[in-house]
Amino acid sequence: MAQGDVGISLEDVSKKYCRRLRTALWYGVKDIAAEFSGRSGFSHRKLRASEFWAVDQVSFQVGVGECVAMIGPNGAGKSTILKMINGLIKPDTGRIVLRGQVGSLIELGTGFNPVLTGRENIYVNASILGLSRNMVDQRLDEILDFAEIGDFIDAPVRSYSSGMTVRLGFSVAAHLRPQVLLIDEVLAVGDVAFKMKCFRHILSLINSGMSVIVVSHNVNLLSRVTDRALVMDGGRLCFDGALSEGSACYQSLVSPQIDETGCVTDKDQARIASVELINDAGDPQQDYWTGDTLRVRMLFTTTECVLGARINVNVDSPIAGLLAGISTPLTNFSFDIKAPSTVVELLLPNLPLLVGNYLLGVTLYGAEPGDFLDRRTPACAFKIIGPKTNSFGFGQSHIFRLEHEWNLAKL
Amino acid sequence: MDAVESVQRDSELPKQRLSESVDVDDTPTWVVYTPESPLRHPLRLLRHMIRDIVSGRELAWRLFVRNVKAQYRQSVLGYAWAFLPPVVTTGVFVFLRSQKVLNFDAPGNYTVYLLVGIVLWQTFVESLNAPLRMVSGSRAMLAKVNFPREALLVTAFSEVVFNLAIRLILIVAVFIWFQPGLPPTLLLAPLGILALIGLGMSIGILLVPLGLLYTDVGRGMGLISGFWMFLTPVLYQPPQTWPGNLVLWLNPVSPVLSVCRDWMLLGNTLYFTGFLVVTAVSLLFLLPLGLVMYRLAMPILIERM
Repeated sequence: MAQGDVGISLEDVSKKYCRRLRTALWYGVKDIAAEFSGRSGFSHRKLRASEFWAVDQVSFQVGVGECVAMIGPNGAGKSTILKMINGLIKPDTGRIVLRGQVGSLIELGTGFNPVLTGRENIYVNASILGLSRNMVDQRLDEILDFAEIGDFIDAPVRSYSSGMTVRLGFSVAAHLRPQVLLIDEVLAVGDVAFKMKCFRHILSLINSGMSVIVVSHNVNLLSRVTDRALVMDGGRLCFDGALSEGSACYQSLVSPQIDETGCVTDKDQARIASVELINDAGDPQQDYWTGDTLRVRMLFTTTECVLGARINVNVDSPIAGLLAGISTPLTNFSFDIKAPSTVVELLLPNLPLLVGNYLLGVTLYGAEPGDFLDRRTPACAFKIIGPKTNSFGFGQSHIFRLEHEWNLAKL
Repeated sequence: MDAVESVQRDSELPKQRLSESVDVDDTPTWVVYTPESPLRHPLRLLRHMIRDIVSGRELAWRLFVRNVKAQYRQSVLGYAWAFLPPVVTTGVFVFLRSQKVLNFDAPGNYTVYLLVGIVLWQTFVESLNAPLRMVSGSRAMLAKVNFPREALLVTAFSEVVFNLAIRLILIVAVFIWFQPGLPPTLLLAPLGILALIGLGMSIGILLVPLGLLYTDVGRGMGLISGFWMFLTPVLYQPPQTWPGNLVLWLNPVSPVLSVCRDWMLLGNTLYFTGFLVVTAVSLLFLLPLGLVMYRLAMPILIERM
C-alpha cells in the first residue's frame, strides 16, 4: 500500500495489562512517575510480575476508504486495539499512525443524564463527541428523525426504554464525520428495523471514504460491509486476509476442543468410542469443498448387545447454531450393537455447506423412545475450505449452497 | 476532540476540529501515538494542552449546565442547598457562643465574621474536592470517548464558582441586614477568592491521579477537610502568639482565607505576604504541575478504569 493511501497503520504495537488489581494500581503509580520523569517508552518492553501482553506485536494497515473487520474470541485484544487507535490508552511498544480524526461508534449515549430530557442530552452527548452547538442545531431535525422517539424527546431520559436510549445515542453519534471510524458491536442493539437502519447508515459512512474498523462476532453481518478480516487471538494477529478464510479461522478458534468433549455415559451401557471423518482410502480427512462427500465412521462399544439401536447426527455451526439433524430411522436403517464393538458409516454426499467450520454431534439411543445411551457433542469437526464465497452480488455466500435457476419471465 | 492526554501526537499540519469537519476532508492530518513520554517534547505538550483547554470550552459549559440542571431539577429546595450548610453551621456556632460554650472574639459582628469565614472555607473545600469528584464521576466517559479531558477541570471550576455565587447572595443579604460598614478593599475580594479557589484546585488536581487509582485519597480528603477547618482561622481570628500562630505558618489556607475576609470586612490585613507567597506557589508551580501530571497520567488511569 502506498503511504498516501494508508488511513490507519499499526507497526509492531503491543499493550500489556496486569491480572491483579492491587498490582495494577501500584504499577499505575510507577508508570505515572516514569511518564513524569520522561523515562517511559524505554522500560515498557519487559513484562513485570502478573502482567501479560493483551496485544502482542500487531502490525497492519487499513487503506483510505477501506473497511476491515476485526474478529476474534473474547479477550483476544480487539477492544484494546480500538482503544489505542482511539487515543484513549498508549501503546507500550510500536507506533500507530492515523490519517485524520478518529470517531467511534463504541459507546452510545455517553454522558446522558437520566434526569434531563432527550433534547438536552443530545447537546451534552454531541458536545462530548466533539460536535458544536451550531452543528447540532443544524442537524437537530435529522437527529430527531433518525431516533424516531417522537414526543418523548422532551421527556426525561429515565422514562425511556433501553432501546429508545440507544436509538437516541446512535442518532447523535451517527452524525459524526471523522476520517477514521471505529465500530464495536453497536449493531447488537435496538429492534430489527432500527438495526437495519443503522446498518444502512454505517454502509453509507463506509462508502463515503472513511477508513473503518468494525469489530463484531456476527460474521454474516460483516460479510455485507467488507471482504477483509483481521483475526485476533490471545493478543496476536493470527490472520489478515479474505473474510471468508478469516471467518473459518475465527470459527476454528471458537470451536470447542474435541478432546475436551463431555461424554455422557454409563460404564455398562453401549457407548460411542470414536467418531472420525475419513476419505475413500480410510485415512482421516478434515478439509472438504462444497459438494464433496463426507464419510463419518462411528465406533460403538458395548458389553451387552443392544438391539434396534438408533443414531442421531447433528450438524452444528459455531456461529449460526444447529443447522440440521438426521437419524437412522429416517431412512429405515436398523442395526444392533454387538459386543465388543460395531462400526457404522454415514455418508453425506454432495455437501451443501459453504466455506466455514462445522461440527458433528452424535447421540446413541436404544430401541425405545426413552433409551438414551451416549452422546458426543461435538464428536468431530470439519472445515469447508472452498470454493470462495462472495457477498457483494458476485457469487454465493453464508452457510448453504442453494440449488437454483434464473429465468427471464414474460410480463 | 483533540485531547489525547499525554498520548503523543504529531500533527504538523493544521488540524481541523471534528466539530467543523462536515464532510470527509482530503487534507491529510496525521496523528501519531507512540509509547514515548510527551514530556520529551515540552513545547509541543504545552501547545496541545492550551489547544485542548481552548477547544474544550463548549464541552465544559455543556457539562456544567448538565450537572447544575440535574442537581437542582430533582430537588424541592433547589438552590437553597447551596447556602443551607453555611447558614446552619453559622447558626450553631453563634448559638454556642451566645451560651458561653465558646468564647471566640471577632472584630465587629461575629455572625457576619463567621458566615463570611464559613462561606470562604466551603469554597476552598469544594475547590479541593471538585477535580477528583468531577473526574471520578466521568470514569465511564473517559474510558470510552476521546475528548479534551481538561474540560472536566474547567467544569469543576465553574461549579465551584456557581455555588459561590449563590452563597454570595446570602452574604449580601447578611450585609444588608447587619450593616457592618464595608471597606473599599471589598473590591479586591474577588481576586482573593480566586486565589483561594486556585489553591484548592491546584492541590485537588495534583491529587486526581492518585485519587483515581486509590479510593483512600477521596476518603482521606473528606476526613482531613473535616478537622482542617478547626486548624484554620474560620471560626476565630488568626492567633498571634506561639504556638497558636502555627495555624498561620503551617497551614497555607490561613493567610489566603484571612486576607479574603479582611478585605471584605476590615480593610487592612496583616497576612498579605503569606497570601502572596501561597498564591504564587499554588498558581505558578502547583497548578501547572498538576495540569501536566493530569494529562500525562490520563492514559495510564484509563487503562485501569
